[in-house]
Amino acid sequence: MTTDAKPTQTARSRLEPEAMPRRDFLGLAAWWSAAAALLFGFLGAMRLPKAAVLPSPSKKFKVTLPASVATGQPYVPAGRSVAIYKDGANVYAISTVCTHLGCIVKATDSGFDCPCHGSKFAKDGSVLKGPAPKGLPWVELKHLGGDIFLVDEGKAVAAGTTVIA
Amino acid sequence: MNNVVEKRNAGEESAVGRFVENLKAAPHRFTETMFRSGRPHSDRTRSTFVFGNVFLHLHSVRTHRWSLRWSATWGLGIAAFSCFFVLVATGVLLMFYYKPYPDVAYLSIKDIHFVVPTGRFIRNIHRWSGNMMVVIVLLHMARVFYTAAYRPPREFNWVTGMGLLAVTLGLSFTGYLLPWDQLAYWAITIGANIAQSPREVTDALGMTQWFDVGGLQKLILLGSEEVGEEALIRFYLFHVMILPLALVALIAVHFWRIRKDGGLARPVDADTRLGPPSGEVYPVFTEAPQKTYSLAAIVKGRTAVVGRGPEQTIPSMPHLLFGEAAVFMLTIALSVILAIFLDAPLKEVANPAVPENPAKAPWYFLGLQELVSHSAFMGGIGIPMIVLIGLGLIPYLDRETEGTGIWFGGPGGRPLVVGSAIFGLAAVVAVEAFVIRFGWIRQWWPNTPQLVVTLVNPGTLLTFLYAVYSVWCLRKYDSTRAGALALFTCFVCGFVVLTVIGSYFRGPNWDFYWSPSQWPGH
Ligand code: HEM
Ligand code: FES
Repeated sequence: MTTDAKPTQTARSRLEPEAMPRRDFLGLAAWWSAAAALLFGFLGAMRLPKAAVLPSPSKKFKVTLPASVATGQPYVPAGRSVAIYKDGANVYAISTVCTHLGCIVKATDSGFDCPCHGSKFAKDGSVLKGPAPKGLPWVELKHLGGDIFLVDEGKAVAAGTTVIA
Repeated sequence: MNNVVEKRNAGEESAVGRFVENLKAAPHRFTETMFRSGRPHSDRTRSTFVFGNVFLHLHSVRTHRWSLRWSATWGLGIAAFSCFFVLVATGVLLMFYYKPYPDVAYLSIKDIHFVVPTGRFIRNIHRWSGNMMVVIVLLHMARVFYTAAYRPPREFNWVTGMGLLAVTLGLSFTGYLLPWDQLAYWAITIGANIAQSPREVTDALGMTQWFDVGGLQKLILLGSEEVGEEALIRFYLFHVMILPLALVALIAVHFWRIRKDGGLARPVDADTRLGPPSGEVYPVFTEAPQKTYSLAAIVKGRTAVVGRGPEQTIPSMPHLLFGEAAVFMLTIALSVILAIFLDAPLKEVANPAVPENPAKAPWYFLGLQELVSHSAFMGGIGIPMIVLIGLGLIPYLDRETEGTGIWFGGPGGRPLVVGSAIFGLAAVVAVEAFVIRFGWIRQWWPNTPQLVVTLVNPGTLLTFLYAVYSVWCLRKYDSTRAGALALFTCFVCGFVVLTVIGSYFRGPNWDFYWSPSQWPGH
């Protein structure tokens, strides 16, 4: 250590500046706090576009299953994206929204075909072909008595879940 | 000309006489005051014409002869700007009638198309110059890349340009929803679900409950779970306000930087390549200046010219401005001609229950749609991100100097580009042909985990092939620029071929057809 050779009270020269002059430190702190304040302000403002209440129409609806629907024949209520099936006394519903990018799949005799990028699904909704990352979800169905059912498109249930009509 | 006014004879002055004189001189005086320093007749007044005008002064007063050759730029930047100008003009007109509310939006477009005077024409111009702008911006980017014009000190302007590209694509994507027809509705549904596709990965990793970027992105974009009134008003806001303002701001930076970076890039030996200037060009300094300029202290780089006049530069007015005006007129002419002969499409009103089959995005996204048909996440987000990051890094990784300002300049040059084009085309055609003929992993082994399908798909395979090829070129020529030339060329080929496949060879259910005439009727 050479402290005694260089007395500490020597005036600092331009050639030997402080590592971080106090003024610079305060200046930087001011800039960073301004930036941080703006960032938080921005993030706070971004709460506004993130909707809390979604305007989507209700996904629950009542449906009367026509008696004419045969076993294995899809019944798609108008304007809804579920296919309802009867299998003897068992009734179940499979969503027809493609798990790839949200097109509406078409129920065919062999399962479901998506018109958008060619995904194909088996009768139970599992993926056979194409880019869809997972099978079509089965959705909740409640028997309200008679031929009337309550479907909740928004609520997935385990594949294979049926209700007895 | 001022004499006209001054010739007055003081003797016959009356207030009425002076008033009439002033009235007669008013039009002339008005033009005088418009050009702050008189009409641009001499080199001097031409200079003041440019720097004394708020719109023109983004130009430098004199322009290098190298930059004025058509082959230097093909006028593509100005053409892109002209498209934007036309789009703003026609877009504002469309806003007189357009109503951003589901179904009503469709009817208002129908009105514009069939009832409003000149409505169809204006709508067509808007549609076609929007398409042209996308093409032109891509071509402009290719021109900047192939002339290595992104090199220091222009790195940042390249990055600004990428911002411009993103905003341009954003404008066309948001505009696509506004007609609210079937085409619009399903293209945007697909687009929004691409934004949600990080779920493909988070689901496979079982962490979507805690960390759902995909869902968040879609929610912010649509303001809802599906494309509806919220989405329409958001897209409208972005299309007519946020993105145009962002574009204007970026364009201002872009143009300002061109000027501050010393005009357009040119080879070091541009002067010798050009030969002596023609006789019409006045020398600026008739003798070598004796002083160095203290101004040099604030000019960065090797560009400050001392002891030599800007002999190779000629006045921007008229040389550059006439060229720009010509490009502007040509661009408008092209969009008008297209608008006369081709009508912008309008399908049936959007029906959320039945998708268009096939549901296709605007054509320049069909390459992406082809990739997306292999994996939503990799095709829609993964590969585009890799490409964007790669593009953005180009000027920071290529620090070489050979070939700046020259078409296909740099080690390897033209033969390398031709070779890469052949490889790029062959690879994409081979991969696509294989997939179309033999299918892919999921058809062979239906139980393959999703993560494998996401990571190993035709799109990622192609990206991998291109990367390997470009590393091979980089080593062969021992040059980063050579690697960049190879990679860029490959990606251009991939983009073109995938876009063509998506547009012409994909029909209902995204099945392959040799021609749209073979599509089963629907
Ligand atoms: C709205 C989009 C754009 C507009 C209006 C625009 C406009 C212009 C104009 C007028 C020029 C002058 C030279 C010329 O005409 O080529 C220019 C140069 C340049 N542009 Fe753009 N541009 C756009 C997008 C882009 C993109 C996407 C990139 C690249 C990622 C880019 C990078 C550059 C660079 C680096 C220069 C300087 C080139 C040189 O020095 O030779 N620009 N731009
Ligand atoms: S949306 Fe069904 S395959 Fe893409």
